[in-house]
Amino acid sequence: MEVIRSGPLDMRSRGLRAQQMLRGDIEGDDLEKYVEERVLLTRMENAQNWARANALFPLGFGLACCAIEMITVIGSPRNDLSRFGAEVIRFTPRQADLLILSGRVSIKMAPIIRRLYDQMLEPKWVIAMGACSSTAGMFNNYAVVAGADKFLPVDVYVPGCPPRPEALIFGINRLQDKIKGEPGMGWRERYNAKGTGEVA
Amino acid sequence: MPDATGLELIAQRVREAVAGDAVTGTLVQREQATLEVAPGSVRDVLAYLRDGDDEPWPQLMSLHGCDYLPEEPRLGVHYQLLSMTRCDRLNVRTRLGVDDPHLPTVVDLFPTADFQEREVYDMFGVFFDGHPDMRRILLPEDYEGYPQRRDFPMGGEPVLFTFNEDQYPRWYD
Repeated sequence: MEVIRSGPLDMRSRGLRAQQMLRGDIEGDDLEKYVEERVLLTRMENAQNWARANALFPLGFGLACCAIEMITVIGSPRNDLSRFGAEVIRFTPRQADLLILSGRVSIKMAPIIRRLYDQMLEPKWVIAMGACSSTAGMFNNYAVVAGADKFLPVDVYVPGCPPRPEALIFGINRLQDKIKGEPGMGWRERYNAKGTGEVA
Repeated sequence: MPDATGLELIAQRVREAVAGDAVTGTLVQREQATLEVAPGSVRDVLAYLRDGDDEPWPQLMSLHGCDYLPEEPRLGVHYQLLSMTRCDRLNVRTRLGVDDPHLPTVVDLFPTADFQEREVYDMFGVFFDGHPDMRRILLPEDYEGYPQRRDFPMGGEPVLFTFNEDQYPRWYD
């Protein structure tokens, strides 16, 4: 679709035209033409999910060394996560809807993370960033929970130790696809292997 | 670190000032001088080294535990003292059995020992008598066992490879 950039005057006349349409001043062929050009139809859920996916509010929450990479992703102009609409960090779980588990989850920290997750309002999503929060990683010992998915639902796992900022951005993009209701098929897409899902 | 002669002189002064059997041995290894001390007199020896000696060691730089599993007594607690006037360090080491180990606290001498004694208690289970707040510091309060002891199981989960996959039936559940 061709995108036509228009100046401020054009915006003004477009606004007037929209006003006319809503009032019912346009009729007949003019109305049909206007609707064809200007009105986009979708379902309520799709519009809602589109808005949700492009306005993720991550919780300002770091666990270990992955948090440094996480901060360079959501906090620095170099990686500029605001391109994807997910850079507004909220420091209270009541206002956040994305929890990035950046680092190892110790068994002492697990109940606190679960409480933070419970305090977040629906809908909410979780990204397990790095090897430690996806599995126990290199800290496979007495003090670390082997995988954050043992005590809360995880949507996207980002592998790496720590993952590069690009990897986390990719994970956030996949989460946005998931929120929009079109999850990627991963390797199945690349090898054209659709319909080969595992049977549990 | 004091050399072997200097360490013997310190040991002699400690024996005269505290008790004849307070120092059980001296060790100079890899340029580290270590004074081995009976567990009951650790506090008195450290109090003497901090205040009583003519060239005192006023700072405690580190307090940590150790488990020498095949040897007996198994547990060790190390104190490392620093003197900025001497530009020198001195290790004080004591050895304890693993059954109900108790040591006198040194928090009132060196306030920095507060958290470090709690960490030794947390990881090795050495109780410090007279400590103001003898709780676990790193692990959850309801944790059972002392994980840095060598006979404590490693924990965690078995890592699956193709060669040991069949040892864990239904691992995919």
